[in-house]
Amino acid sequence: MEALLKVRNLKKHFPVTKGIIREKQVGLVKAVDGVGFDVYKGETLGLVGESGCGKSTTGRCILRLIEPTEGEVHFDGVNVRTLDSRAMRRIRKDMQMVFQDPYASLNPRMKVGDIIMEPILLHGIARGKEARERVNELLDVVGLAGYHAERYAHEFSGGQRQRIGIARALAVEPKLIVCDEPVSALDVSIQAQVINLMEDLQEQFDLTFIFIAHDLSVVHHISDRVAVMYLGRIVEMAGYRELYQNPRHPYTKALLSAIPVPDPNAKKEKIMLKGDVISPLNPPPGCNFHTRCPYAVPRCREEAPELKEMGTGHSAACHLVNP
Amino acid sequence: MTRYIIKRLIGLIPVIIGVSIIAFLLIHLIPGDPARAILGERATEQALNSLREQLGLNDPLHVQYGRFMGQILQGDFGRSVITNSPVIEEFAARFPATLELSVAAMLIAVVVGILAGVISAVRQYSVFDNVSMVGALIGVSLPIFWLGLMMQWLFAFKLGLLDASARLSVGISLDPITNFYVLDSLITGNWAALKDTLRHLVMPSFALATIPMAIIARMTRSSMLEVLKQDYIRTARAKGLKNNTVIFKHALKNAFLPILTVMGLQFGTLMGGAVLTETIFSWPGIGRLMYEAIMQRDFPVVQNGILIISLIFVFINLIVDILYSFVDPRIRLE
Repeated sequence: MEALLKVRNLKKHFPVTKGIIREKQVGLVKAVDGVGFDVYKGETLGLVGESGCGKSTTGRCILRLIEPTEGEVHFDGVNVRTLDSRAMRRIRKDMQMVFQDPYASLNPRMKVGDIIMEPILLHGIARGKEARERVNELLDVVGLAGYHAERYAHEFSGGQRQRIGIARALAVEPKLIVCDEPVSALDVSIQAQVINLMEDLQEQFDLTFIFIAHDLSVVHHISDRVAVMYLGRIVEMAGYRELYQNPRHPYTKALLSAIPVPDPNAKKEKIMLKGDVISPLNPPPGCNFHTRCPYAVPRCREEAPELKEMGTGHSAACHLVNP
Repeated sequence: MTRYIIKRLIGLIPVIIGVSIIAFLLIHLIPGDPARAILGERATEQALNSLREQLGLNDPLHVQYGRFMGQILQGDFGRSVITNSPVIEEFAARFPATLELSVAAMLIAVVVGILAGVISAVRQYSVFDNVSMVGALIGVSLPIFWLGLMMQWLFAFKLGLLDASARLSVGISLDPITNFYVLDSLITGNWAALKDTLRHLVMPSFALATIPMAIIARMTRSSMLEVLKQDYIRTARAKGLKNNTVIFKHALKNAFLPILTVMGLQFGTLMGGAVLTETIFSWPGIGRLMYEAIMQRDFPVVQNGILIISLIFVFINLIVDILYSFVDPRIRLE
């Protein structure tokens, strides 16, 4: 299979500064610290992790909505990081994003039709009457109606707004869509609708998704492969069935054991993690996870584990697991 | 919308009553005798008394106030005790001058203020940001009479580029049509008058613009900073829009509401006549009229003038409130 997107050693470090007149750098938040993966055409890669682990930052760095500190992003054979702003604007046609908060991500001053039409006109996909027809088509595709184009975003419910966000992303016929927690702001009953819609659209338009979420059951439902992130690094990556049935990394195991089972009699071993995620500001040496890991050994405190192949398409970053 | 406007107009009644009481009391409580001011130092006590009687100044205050309000309700804004012409005519004659000055000042303030605010917000903490925000702070703090005098000294006296007083130089004639001299000279194609008008207009309008400009710049900056952090700005960038389109079409439009509010308030203040600026630049507008009326104890002009100015101010704010619903589709007026 052909990789549509190749990410290698992606890093985003935010400097922390202090001082009034001359700013001194007093620390570095390593929001994303050496992330690498491939995304194949037509698949969905799930990216999961706790709040603050760098999932969203990774997604935004790929699209260069924030500038990465280091690393390479190859999209469709093009090294995205070397593009100038003009070429970058052009390539945005092929890589789109659906944002987390459908309440905040739509311009409140624009009619829905204009929000969707703007990129169509901008990238010269259609113009005039044709563009308007295309807006109607798109609204229809996401389960809204043509007359909704004349309304403003605040006149819609959360689920409807996210559909608008999806229509907007689809408007330019992209190849890749990065979905940044697209359903986490929605009611559970609406989440399923929107996810099913996205699955249908993927099939219909031959889309490739990177699906960022913190909800493992949502990711399980939609992903072909899943990457688990912890503090800016990928700790485990595998096909969704493999990952859910045979997790190798202690962090993945703990996450999976936290999924509630809808059966009051179910006996389940819950792995409770101690403490909180440590501060990404000056993290301790060694494995990021050793402060909370129930199995940590002295080596974990000294040496950071590499992401190792554990079998076909399954890799994990832990000293204690071996192929 | 109509209901909203009617409601707001009804809401004006208590405002007008309040303003009229204050205007009335102010002129009666300050020391100084109108009769003495009219007749001069050497007038006899008898003449003064008969004039006071004639003007109704010997009546108790509540009777005087009742008479004042009664006249206003009949649309009669009284006559100046100095010139004996109707107050409303005095105002109408001066109003175009004030309006022309206010519009010019507001144009300068809006264009410069919004541009500086936008650039400051986009390049937060840059040299430009720091310089323009310190400049804005100085702009709000500078006393206008000092700034006006310095400008006159530099541009009129030293450099001779601009004119320091009045609206036209002596010897330049202009047919008044609208009484807005810029418009009049354009309509009649009188280029000499246009040039002369502009030479007179530039300095007072810049002096008058400093404070609104500074306030608008600061408001634009903070409002833009707020909006630029919003998710829909990221959405706009993800669409592949040019930076300028994102800033002016997506961000500024959304940031405009608080800017519009201060613009309305500032414009309302300017329309009431900038007393200091008009006095320093001998600008024959409402501010100067009020100044002269106060100095001469011309109490009908002061009383009614304050009332008229308040009405203008309140109406401008009403217009701004109505504009809100056009600027922001989420606002429905009820």
